[in-house]
Amino acid sequence: MSAEPSPQSPWQAATITRIERRTPRVTSFWFRPSRPFARLAGQHVDVRLTAPDGYQARRSYSIASAPDTGGVELAIERLDDGEVSPFFHDVAAVGDEIELRGPLGGHFIWEESDGGPILLVGGGSGVVPLMAMVRHRTLRNKAVPVALVFSARVWDEVIFRDELIGLDDRRDGFDLVLTLTREPARRPSDYSRRVDARMMAQAIERLPKAPRLALCLRLERLRLGRRRCPDRRRRSGGDYPHRALWSLTEAR
Amino acid sequence: MVTRGFFSGRRPPSDTDARIPPGQYLEQGFPVLSAGPTPRVRTEDWSFTLKQGPKPLKKWNWAEFNALPQSKMTRDIHCVTAWTKFNTPWQGVMIDDILADAGIEPPTAYTLALSFDGYSTNVPTKDLVTGKAMVALLYEGKPITPDHGGPARLLVPHLYFWKSAKWVNGLQFTERNEPGFWELRGYHMYGDPWREQRYSSDP
Repeated sequence: MSAEPSPQSPWQAATITRIERRTPRVTSFWFRPSRPFARLAGQHVDVRLTAPDGYQARRSYSIASAPDTGGVELAIERLDDGEVSPFFHDVAAVGDEIELRGPLGGHFIWEESDGGPILLVGGGSGVVPLMAMVRHRTLRNKAVPVALVFSARVWDEVIFRDELIGLDDRRDGFDLVLTLTREPARRPSDYSRRVDARMMAQAIERLPKAPRLALCLRLERLRLGRRRCPDRRRRSGGDYPHRALWSLTEAR
Repeated sequence: MVTRGFFSGRRPPSDTDARIPPGQYLEQGFPVLSAGPTPRVRTEDWSFTLKQGPKPLKKWNWAEFNALPQSKMTRDIHCVTAWTKFNTPWQGVMIDDILADAGIEPPTAYTLALSFDGYSTNVPTKDLVTGKAMVALLYEGKPITPDHGGPARLLVPHLYFWKSAKWVNGLQFTERNEPGFWELRGYHMYGDPWREQRYSSDP
């Protein structure tokens, strides 16, 4: 395998243009790809690091930035026993070139033509691809109602917190349902427990009608009773959700 | 392209290096990835069907299927999300033994594995027979848990692990190489980890 990207290679060099701490464990890195990078909200990229002896490590990261915005934002959580995330947190600097491949993934996406309402459910860094959808909706079509159920351990670990609360405060059809699993709720509308079926039902009630699309990321302990999902499917005429709940425990 | 400042990482010891396909890293845990909610399939509701196109060839219930000859396979597995896990021990029914019980030879060159949750994935029939694949019933000697695809999952360890369909409930022989769930969504039709066939654009 050639180490230099050839014209045919799916890998391309991308330059880090900006680095910003999001939470104590999550930092955003903005990349400027060297080739066109048309993408959909919810897609991911593969990142490849190469050591001088040719050893390579590769990981997948979700894109947080909306499709039509300039840079590619990856919000990377530091995993202490990880291999790639500590490199980003401890070594990577603005101006560095990193190899990217993508955008990838055609399943876990939301396009404007999908319409809404949309129910998004995410835990921890699982919010990253959902953020791309929230931002895309805000830029392109605010008529699409969105409820985002976002579970974090504590207030300081709520990724994109100020931006999400700012969007919520606009009352333009985006609802942030925040739940903290290890701290009391800070806002009256928020929760302080794990995501459960009752919380999901209340989030759905905030939408004007049953969601067309429900996407769920990174909630290992989410259990929606067997009875509830078929009920919802019936309520929206059989096509709910046309991309169903997804739960994911990511590898380091 | 050498990455500035990237030196060590989780480099495997050289004796295991040869067992790790390109772009993969060694994982000690067993990560869980799935495209939808975890179905809870009760063994009393479980069945396994061999089909040729839409036509059922033979169907087994849980007790009948468990009465088929069982084999053990301990294999390295490789997930397209880049983790590799060594020496995973499975027990189940080899596809060869399923075909033998049905009294048939593989009727077509391609197969779609089908699952209770609507998932499907395509595997060439030759990659399922001659001792290459099984329907696994036990992992580490115990029933496979629902999050890992229990009560039964396909095991095709020489291909990326999305081909090893969780909650498998049948094999459908097809005339053509028909893409399954992930193959329709940009993943490779064959998925050989040693040739790094992750995405449809890979050779």
